[in-house]
Amino acid sequence: MPTVSMTVNGKSVSADVEPRTLLVQYLREHLGMTGTHVGCDTSQCGACVVHVNGESLKSCTMLAAQAEGADVTTIEGLANGDELHPMQEAFRENHGLQCGFCTPGMVMSALDLVQKNPDPSEREVREWLEGNLCRCTGYHNIVKSILAGAQALKG
Amino acid sequence: MYQFNYQKAGSADEAASAVSSAEDGRFLAGGMTLIPTLKQRLAQPSDLVDLADVNDLAGVSDGGDSITIGAMTRHVDVATSNVVQSKIPALASLADNIGDPQVRNRGTIGGSVANNDPAADYPAAVLALNATVITNQREITAEDFFDGMFTTALEDGELITAVRFPVPDKAGYAKFPNPASRYALVGVMVAQTGGETRVSVTGAGQDGVFRAAEIESALSGSWSADAAKGVKMSDDGLNADIHASAEYRAHLISVMASRAVDAAG
Repeated sequence: MPTVSMTVNGKSVSADVEPRTLLVQYLREHLGMTGTHVGCDTSQCGACVVHVNGESLKSCTMLAAQAEGADVTTIEGLANGDELHPMQEAFRENHGLQCGFCTPGMVMSALDLVQKNPDPSEREVREWLEGNLCRCTGYHNIVKSILAGAQALKG
Repeated sequence: MYQFNYQKAGSADEAASAVSSAEDGRFLAGGMTLIPTLKQRLAQPSDLVDLADVNDLAGVSDGGDSITIGAMTRHVDVATSNVVQSKIPALASLADNIGDPQVRNRGTIGGSVANNDPAADYPAAVLALNATVITNQREITAEDFFDGMFTTALEDGELITAVRFPVPDKAGYAKFPNPASRYALVGVMVAQTGGETRVSVTGAGQDGVFRAAEIESALSGSWSADAAKGVKMSDDGLNADIHASAEYRAHLISVMASRAVDAAG
């Protein structure tokens, strides 16, 4: 089996995997990092969103082999020890989750938005979340959280 | 997914020969359709040849009265390209509304055009703007390229390297997206280039993208949203599914065409 190596949350990792291994399987099953979720498995729900080379994408729709040599950030890479990342803190403060299943993808997607658009409007947040589904339909507080997180990150 | 061999090609030629020499090879561009297809075991290629490292396939170049977009240029890069935004803003806006941000960060124009999904956005632009599809072997006009649902003029092992769009005098695109997938239930591009009016429709036809001659002649007479909206399209040959009947799609074609004219100005 080919060896696939990349950097995940600042750490070099490597695993021997079949070519058909998805990036999300590589993260969850080979590295044991289960913060990235598989919701729909049909590329629609966005629970599996991670950053690859600084951009958000769906890790269930990318082969691990395609991420060879890449710099990957997952939800596990955000907090600083016990101190939550400001976007995570904003989700906590604003009750931006109900069951929490979609939250890792929502947070990672939100961070890609604010790096492109540091001061998004509510409409821009809602449009950006096109690729992230919340089965609890908790969008209202998710949007509130992202707006608050964006302000916190602006400092 | 079934098993397959995976390799990254360093050049277009290397990719084409790797696909040709494989038992059942496929090019892998952004993978936004191919990977979901593999996951559902709807395809079983022996080999995937990844184009990600073929650097000269990506990028937008300004040719004055045309722009050429490399096949591996991602939707996000078309949407945010200064050249596309200034020369063909309708194309930038079309790219900016494909799928969702994560799909736009991966999906490519070459992959979309080669796949010819009957509900994809790019085929409408290629046909209405009378673009030319450039492959590693030849140039193919839009008219000759699309050949029915998921079918194109591409031969086995033939690789799209770029798409060349003539700069129109005016162009606009409007789509009624499926609320879940964002694919077009109906998408219409209208364009005027050097006195010629072209109108293409995606999402509606059983044979994929097509030109709406009735709306073209209405807009040739009077370039206005009302002229487009006044055309009653036939529902012959249109798709019907759980999302929309053929009759509803026929109605949407005129409505989307009128919105596209408004967008074109």
